[in-house]
Amino acid sequence: MGRQRERVMRTIRVVIAKSGLDGHDRGAKVIARALRDSGMEVIYTGLRQTPEQIVETVLQEDADVIGLSILSGAHNHICPRIAELLKIKGMKDVLIIVGGIIPDVDIPKLRAVGVEGIFLPGSPMQDIVNFIREHVRPSAVSK
Amino acid sequence: MSSSSRNPNKVEGGGSAQSKTRTRSATSSIISSDATHQQLDVTESESPACKKQTVTSSGHPVAPFYESDDLSDLDYQRDLNDPGEFPYTRGIHQTGYRGKLWTMRQFAGFGTPEETNNRYHQLIAAGGTGLSVAFDLPTLMGRDPDDPLSAGEIGKCGVSVASLADMERLFAGIKLSDVTTSMTINSPAPMLLAMYLVLAERQGVDWQQVSGTIQNDILKEFIAQKEYIYPPRPSMRLITDVFAFCGEHAPKWNTISVSGYHIREAGSTAVQELAFTLRDGIEYVQYGIDAGLDVDTFAPRMSFFFNAHSDFFEEIAKYRAARKIWSNVMRNRFHAKDDRSWKLRFHSQTAGGSLTGQQAYNNVMRATWQALAAVMGGTNSLHTCSLDEALALPTSDAATLALRTQQIIAHETGITEVADPLGGSYLIEALTREMENKANSYFKAIDDCGGMVEAIEQGYPQREIAESAYRDQKRVESGERAVVGVTTFVDDGAAEIPTLYIDESTEQKQLDQLQLLKQKRDTDRVARALEQVRAAADGTTNMMEPLLEAVRVYATLGEMCNALRDVWGEYEETPMI
Repeated sequence: MGRQRERVMRTIRVVIAKSGLDGHDRGAKVIARALRDSGMEVIYTGLRQTPEQIVETVLQEDADVIGLSILSGAHNHICPRIAELLKIKGMKDVLIIVGGIIPDVDIPKLRAVGVEGIFLPGSPMQDIVNFIREHVRPSAVSK
Repeated sequence: MSSSSRNPNKVEGGGSAQSKTRTRSATSSIISSDATHQQLDVTESESPACKKQTVTSSGHPVAPFYESDDLSDLDYQRDLNDPGEFPYTRGIHQTGYRGKLWTMRQFAGFGTPEETNNRYHQLIAAGGTGLSVAFDLPTLMGRDPDDPLSAGEIGKCGVSVASLADMERLFAGIKLSDVTTSMTINSPAPMLLAMYLVLAERQGVDWQQVSGTIQNDILKEFIAQKEYIYPPRPSMRLITDVFAFCGEHAPKWNTISVSGYHIREAGSTAVQELAFTLRDGIEYVQYGIDAGLDVDTFAPRMSFFFNAHSDFFEEIAKYRAARKIWSNVMRNRFHAKDDRSWKLRFHSQTAGGSLTGQQAYNNVMRATWQALAAVMGGTNSLHTCSLDEALALPTSDAATLALRTQQIIAHETGITEVADPLGGSYLIEALTREMENKANSYFKAIDDCGGMVEAIEQGYPQREIAESAYRDQKRVESGERAVVGVTTFVDDGAAEIPTLYIDESTEQKQLDQLQLLKQKRDTDRVARALEQVRAAADGTTNMMEPLLEAVRVYATLGEMCNALRDVWGEYEETPMI
């Protein structure tokens, strides 16, 4: 119960990140605003962040969620690396979600490395908000 | 017409009788297919159709119908004129498509140069009339396959071209005098142009005969697509260097394709696309003049690239307004004397962002209608998106269907027989004027910033677009804007479609090729050529000659771009949402 109450009281903190060389940031920006409008605290990294930089931002910002926007096909390279770095740093409670163009065959691979939410083109903003609220870890939030 | 009477719910002022009539008849026409229409007189103002406020994608209110009063101050000679006559609102060719059909130019590129070369041979065999190269992100960002930042991206969303050797493989079996080639490349445009010209040289094709386009539009990269390398000012110098070089050595080459496509895809409205694109065009002309060039030596080789989106009439108005604005800008603002400088030529591409992953076959219809708008707006070149592009790069079958879509419009519908078929339509002319007025307001705002480079540095167009993108997404999610198959008429059991999958093998192949190249070439000559590139960047001489020399000795794209990074640094934008 105590945990639950803290979960409600502390604002969810989300890092929205663009990784790889891709500069298409429409989706990242729209989602960042939607999450902010829903009451979350949002940190947008800007473009071309390496997995190392992103994980460092999550650590510095004490974030509960990483939202990665990837449209270039580099997800198979970026997502496992981020998951690995989070493990190394002991940040296993951080929720990883990915939005972008992800071929069906890659979805199980991403889930296997720990990406919990995968949002394809056409996903409503509200679904993403709801997903984060439902899946964010109490321990990540109330630490 | 007063703006208030455009809103069927706000009937007021002196024009009320006319406006009332307008409201009534429009409601009737909407409901007239219903058998109860004879009884509707009393209830008509309660009709949901009547209450609904309708706007274009740019937020401009749309009246239920338009009539002659909407065009009362339209002057035929000044505002329209015949096709082929200034201000070219109705098209740049007197005979429309009878004289010259648009170029069917399908953007393609993926994987290795060999794989893309195969697709080009297929597209040529299927009747495609121009090639259009899609490069992968490392190429677009001026990085070699062995650059750590390229990992995972090689050949994924376009073809990987890291040197002249890759360019040779990309065009194997294709004589550069027989095709026109468009290359979607911006920050490294001078380097890719240099590779193409050296390839022509080796094929024995005179540069005077080489024809094609490089996108070379860095401003929209800062504004929308974000594939920039260097800061704005040295980036602008590269562009004016290309203007000067091609004016002298490759006169048939289109040196820039000033692009609204990406601005629209980033979420702008049609008006913002029109305004920011043309204002970018003005910036390039101004920089060219400031670099000492005579406007008529480079302006005729400038071309434009617009989106073909879903709001049918607004899109047609956008293209017509673009031609009218540009001709006036070139003649009155820049005093161009050559009528070729006044004529806005443009490529268009159907809207990738309008495609849906859900019920993907619906995308064929979207591309068809969008292509139709582009054709009715007088496009000079067209790419129709493939049905699978919300999910992946197109399969060969999907790409062929997209081309066939254009061919059916061109050869079966009769639309090509008459230039500007909607010219004179009350609606189209009113919308064309509206687009022009709104674009001019944006020009004023950007001029007040000090120019487009300054506006970009202040984040002005970026903010405007981000606002529009968010507003549009909220409209979709509130149901205000319908997306068939996604927000309405949803069908979870809809057929799945086959998609192209680019595996990781391209990466290894391109890495191997690069290593092979580095073993074979003359390292000393490469080092000397790169030193010349650096020296030119530090000075003021034209960059093209040293780049051509570096290409000839097989310096890689990454090496050339890094040489310039050494001198100019890299641009980083301030993240904002």
